Amino acid sequence: MKYHSLNRADIDFLIGTCDPERVFYGDAISDDFGHDELSDIHHMPDVLVKATCTEEVSEIMQYASRHKIPVTPRGEGTGLVGGAVALHGGIMLNLSLMNRILELDEENLTLTVEAGVLLMEISAFVEKHGLFYPPDPGEKSATIGGNISTNAGGMRAVKYGVTRDFIRGLEVVLPGGEVMELGGKVVKNSSGYSLKDLIIGSEGTLAVVTKAVLRLLPLPARAISLLIPFPDLKTAIETVPEIIKSKSTPTAVEFMERDVILAAEEYLGKKFPDNSSDAYLLLTFDGNSKEEIEAAYDPVARLCLDSGAIDVFISETAERQEAIWSARGAFLEAIKASTTEMDEVDVVVPRNRVAEFITFTRRVENDHGLRIRSFGHSGDGNLHVYLLKDDLPENAWNEKRETAMHTLYTLAREMGGQVSGEHGIGYAKRPYLRQWFGDAGLELMRGIKNVFDPDMILNPGKIF
Amino acid sequence: MELMVCIKQVPGTSEVDIDEKTGVLKREGIDSKMNPYDLYALETAFRIREERGGTVKVISMGPPQAAAVLFESFMMGADDGILLTDRRFAGADVLATAYTLAQGIEKAGVPDIIVCGKQTTDGDTAQVGPEIAEFLDIPHVTNIRRIVAAEEKTVIVEMDMAETVEIMSVRYPCLISVEKNIYTPRLPSYKRKLEIGDREIIRLSLDDFSDRNELHYGLNGSPTQVLKVFPPAPNTDHDLVRGDSGHLAAYLFERLVERKFIRKDPV
Repeated sequence: MKYHSLNRADIDFLIGTCDPERVFYGDAISDDFGHDELSDIHHMPDVLVKATCTEEVSEIMQYASRHKIPVTPRGEGTGLVGGAVALHGGIMLNLSLMNRILELDEENLTLTVEAGVLLMEISAFVEKHGLFYPPDPGEKSATIGGNISTNAGGMRAVKYGVTRDFIRGLEVVLPGGEVMELGGKVVKNSSGYSLKDLIIGSEGTLAVVTKAVLRLLPLPARAISLLIPFPDLKTAIETVPEIIKSKSTPTAVEFMERDVILAAEEYLGKKFPDNSSDAYLLLTFDGNSKEEIEAAYDPVARLCLDSGAIDVFISETAERQEAIWSARGAFLEAIKASTTEMDEVDVVVPRNRVAEFITFTRRVENDHGLRIRSFGHSGDGNLHVYLLKDDLPENAWNEKRETAMHTLYTLAREMGGQVSGEHGIGYAKRPYLRQWFGDAGLELMRGIKNVFDPDMILNPGKIF
Repeated sequence: MELMVCIKQVPGTSEVDIDEKTGVLKREGIDSKMNPYDLYALETAFRIREERGGTVKVISMGPPQAAAVLFESFMMGADDGILLTDRRFAGADVLATAYTLAQGIEKAGVPDIIVCGKQTTDGDTAQVGPEIAEFLDIPHVTNIRRIVAAEEKTVIVEMDMAETVEIMSVRYPCLISVEKNIYTPRLPSYKRKLEIGDREIIRLSLDDFSDRNELHYGLNGSPTQVLKVFPPAPNTDHDLVRGDSGHLAAYLFERLVERKFIRKDPV
């Protein structure tokens, strides 16, 4: 695809459309806008525009469409697969100034927000009103627009589901500049193809999400966590299918290893409440009374002890939750700080195959001479496996990484898993999507892309 | 080594509304929990016990339901618990609370080390610990940020005095108040909960003490009276400063010096 190279007239148009203070070009664009949080893909946009309203987004898209200029929508840039990197230059459309909470509708239990509102702002706002937005990805400074674009999951997916399950409606701007409302405040909807659901998870390739109507729940009055030490990771993870089979309803089931906890302790400069065991499960339960939660966790605590847990530690106050969850929230950064460069696998496998997959990563670690660390949502089968470069020379790293990645993705596929549980495909995971879907599947996706964006101007180079 | 930890049950949240007319905390529907600072005191006692052996007792003054925090400390690893509970203790200020606790400790037997948290989250005075020590006539050290060693006859501690650190050796029996974050407190154990079953708590009332004069306890024994309790007015004052990072840093530095948060010329 040949795109128009930006010239002075284009920049003048953008300055005329937006406030000149919100248009940056050339050296005035911070290097941060050339990459995301993890992937080693770097490319600067030609111009960065910070939009403040849907009308501006629409005008910019109309112009870009007319002149065949690539546009990359971006929130806070916390992605991990290069999804918000302007691979073909052009316009980077930053939506983080569109950060107004527009309406809390307590009669319909919805919250209408602009795309740039941060996840942590949403939870703080609704919880003040006794309401609850359950999706809970670790990165709280991500925008809701970004979460919608990747269909982010998070830790409470076991009980509540993922972002898609909590989006009632969207306002989007199509590549040609048309503004569309999809879905709404309605609970049911059987009205033709669900375009809203097509946009969710499309990583900014079909339309620019400008507003979202979020579905809320009443806020559970309290939540507790159980931190459960096990003698080894295998015993820990093998207990998870038993927990699920027991028909209990934890909101989250996470696994963590001692190495990762120690890295988080060093990174945060504070100690975890327990680091004496090799592996841990971290479970949370929510409910409206102490008795209700105790009744819910008691059989699970006994089951864990029967399955070989060393103990079951109970965290029920804000201070204790903070000690545990601040460390859990820092795992990714802590692993990142422990090495020179890393790459990640975000596969999702059926929940009863998690133990097998993680055991296999140990073998890959030994076979390839590559340090691999992992943690993740064992309750929903979504694993975060990190391949670490450490002191490996560039060539060896690339070679080992490639073969290890290939082995891991092949196994995930054989297990009936999927390429990405929540981070998306972006640029980095495209080869694996191809491996999964084959030509026929990708042709269908391309067909959809072609209907929305025949000129391929919206976030080109992603997914396919 | 005999250790005793003073603990208190406090409201579960710091956002308790106050009835402006009566000045009373609206406790209805509010959970209670162990004073968070006491968790550090407990952990300190457990660490010393791990080194030197011995037992950790916990003591609390409060209504019967305060037994919950004693059970919680059992789940963390405490061996025995004493609850000082009597209607005549109600309404105690700092001095009367410290006196009651001192009487209880005397009754139970003064241990080698009494460990207190820095302060409580509902009173915030940080005075009860040192006053207990004064009533018991034993040495006390506050603001302890590290236990260097618990030895045969003394404990060596680091006292944090903001700009200096004093290392001292204190003879047993003594009382120490430890800083937040001296150690990360362990979590209550479900396994221990199963083992404890319904372990007895020792309940003491005024009638068990050596001083049975009612005028020394509760409201009667409190020289300070609360005249008025009110929620602090929210302060929304703010400065908005614009400029490059050099200018902003210089501005912030000057304001912090002006308000005496930091010094311009460190001593």
